[in-house]
Amino acid sequence: MPYDAPSDLDTFREEVRDWLEENCPPSMRTPQTEDEVVWGGRREKFKNPESKVWLERMAERGWTAPHWPKEYGGGGLNRDQVKVLNQELSRINARIPLHSFGLWMFGPALLEFGNEEQKKRFIPDIIHGRTRWCQGYSEPGAGSDLAGLQTKCEDKGDHYLINGQKVWTSYADQADWIFCLVRTDPTVKHEGISFILFDMESEGVETRPIKLISGSSPFCETFFSDVKVPKDQLVGEVNGGWKIAKRLLQFERSSISASGFGAARGSGALELEDYAKIHVGTDSDGKLLDGDLRGRIADHQMYAKAFGLTVRRSQEQAKAGQEVGHTASIIKYAAAKMNQDKYELMIEALGTEGLGWEGEGFDKGAKMITRAWLRSKGNSIEGGTSEINLNVVAKRVLGLREHQ
Amino acid sequence: MSFVLTEDQEMLRDTAINFTRDELPVKHLRGLRDSGKNGADPEARQKLAELGFFGVLIPEEYDGVGMGMVALGQVMEAQGRTLASTPILQTACIGASAILLGGSEAQKQEWLPKIASGEVTTALALDEGSHHNPAGVATEAERDGQGYTLNGAKKYVQDGHHADVFIVVGRTFGEAGDTHGLTLFLVPRDANGVSVQTLNTVDSHGAAHLTFEDVHVPESHVLGAADKGMDILEPVLDRGRIALAAEMLGSSRAAFEMTHDYLQTRKQFGQLIGSFQALQHRAAKMFTDLELTSSCVSAALSAVDDQRNDIAELASLAKAMAGETVHLVSNDTVQLHGGIGMTDEHESGFYMKRARVQEALLGSASFHRDRFAQINGY
Repeated sequence: MPYDAPSDLDTFREEVRDWLEENCPPSMRTPQTEDEVVWGGRREKFKNPESKVWLERMAERGWTAPHWPKEYGGGGLNRDQVKVLNQELSRINARIPLHSFGLWMFGPALLEFGNEEQKKRFIPDIIHGRTRWCQGYSEPGAGSDLAGLQTKCEDKGDHYLINGQKVWTSYADQADWIFCLVRTDPTVKHEGISFILFDMESEGVETRPIKLISGSSPFCETFFSDVKVPKDQLVGEVNGGWKIAKRLLQFERSSISASGFGAARGSGALELEDYAKIHVGTDSDGKLLDGDLRGRIADHQMYAKAFGLTVRRSQEQAKAGQEVGHTASIIKYAAAKMNQDKYELMIEALGTEGLGWEGEGFDKGAKMITRAWLRSKGNSIEGGTSEINLNVVAKRVLGLREHQ
Repeated sequence: MSFVLTEDQEMLRDTAINFTRDELPVKHLRGLRDSGKNGADPEARQKLAELGFFGVLIPEEYDGVGMGMVALGQVMEAQGRTLASTPILQTACIGASAILLGGSEAQKQEWLPKIASGEVTTALALDEGSHHNPAGVATEAERDGQGYTLNGAKKYVQDGHHADVFIVVGRTFGEAGDTHGLTLFLVPRDANGVSVQTLNTVDSHGAAHLTFEDVHVPESHVLGAADKGMDILEPVLDRGRIALAAEMLGSSRAAFEMTHDYLQTRKQFGQLIGSFQALQHRAAKMFTDLELTSSCVSAALSAVDDQRNDIAELASLAKAMAGETVHLVSNDTVQLHGGIGMTDEHESGFYMKRARVQEALLGSASFHRDRFAQINGY
């Protein structure tokens, strides 16, 4: 059962602290490697057994989704309590118990647009990490122009029949279910799209991983041929999916960029300036020897700091009830720029040490940075390209008009 | 750290915005320029005093309103919006802070009520070269029995052409480049040996070069401990930098809004120019920079009120970010207005010219990037 939080914040903080002390396993308070990240779902292997215990304990209290309603297994906490919980988690360097597109993107949209039966059916499994979701949005001919999608969904009386192809489907090959945009009316654009859910083990679903310039990738091409979907798995109205799709994109942009693509500082790893000091050298005052690089690093660190302050400001303003609509696009644009600048500077600071691909002769950490640099090129493409986000800012925030 | 204004702060902000919009619009600055008044306006100074703006940082016991730095930031942002030429930065922020942080009780009682009432305005006489360099002071301050004798020159002192009292940074020890050995002095404008050369500046606000020739300063006019002036000077400068960053944010916002309006009214090729994607993206990028700068300015202002220990880092962050933003926005304002933006008749040029002055005062973006890197140990 989800947890019944006390009303007093200080009492709550003490309870959280005591509970974490007792329930957060020791190995869950250390930095984790990428292959130890828990995504949940039917195929989750839990490389570290304590990560399973940690997930179960957190999910039991609803604390994997602390602000979701209790009736579906969420924590039912208010904003202040969520803040306290997060502070206490980061105080002990606790690992995130569950990484999940369900928690970050699909769940919030379903809570807003799903019917009661759908919420009861899908939300608890998301909270407990029993179902891993993937996102069926982009198609080969519909990337930035998402509403141009063609995947066909026909009403066959007692079921829907789906045919088409998706691309850039993150972790499709490891996901259990997909939330998917499909075309239910080919004669209109935005008004002919529906939002549908189905099991990735359904007959007719095939996935193929896509290898990227960084050498690996979470992305897949996904094919649907005559996939049968029960009718109660359509969310919202037939042809009413675009509204849900857009709302979900806001959740996606916020979740991608709130962490600055994981560029948050202080995780114990070496920072950009540390690499520069090691590989470029310093003078007797501790200043970087390459003055130009030093200035550009400072410029970047200032941007990163300004970014962090802006995320905090928009959270505080939202809390104070001020309008912060569409800051998601501003933050997504800035986060992509910031992360790409960071890795370009990293590569420059590392010099030839940053140019290794695999095998011996290069530092292991440096090789990870090289891959991360290549991966970061996707930041201004995935989740809405920077150009699309600038369009959103220009049109929605600044009210500039379409070309006639 | 707080990013949301209290009710009192919001009221002060609205008062300041209405006042500068109605009484000190850009047109007013143009008038001061065209009539050769060099940015000085005694009437405006009186009104600012009546509104209590000079006493925002000064506690009530010294006749101020004691509202703090976030509040002062609202006044600065408002005056930045219309490029108002006022003594607020030099007097209400820098002068008041220097006396609050460095003054003896007697000095506070003597000066703070006069500052709060607008009776006395101040100007910081620090830099001696064409770039901000607090340690570079060479002006000699020699002990002379009952006090000190000053000899030296100060360049581009903001408000120097009309301030009543100068806060002069002199060297009592060591040589130019040393951070120790500085001392702060209160020097009345009419003291013997002080000469003021008024400057006609690009932003029409004016400034002054000052020369000190055997100027005697009594012991009672030393601010803080002799030889240890940097202990007061740095925090005072940081308050000034943060307040100036708030002013720059106001100028950037106003220039951006003017450009935004133009994008929505000007037609070319039968289209509103604001419908061209190339211009939309420029507008969106400017807006993003404005948002980031706004966060830095808010954080820095509230850091002073909260007495946080990262004020220096946030001051450099705010001043550098505001500098980059006002530079970009003021240039794009001229460019996006096209031909009319190049004319004296239009206001865009005023924003660009004032922007360069704001950028140079109290340390350029390069100065603050360097300081930021140093604070962060690289």
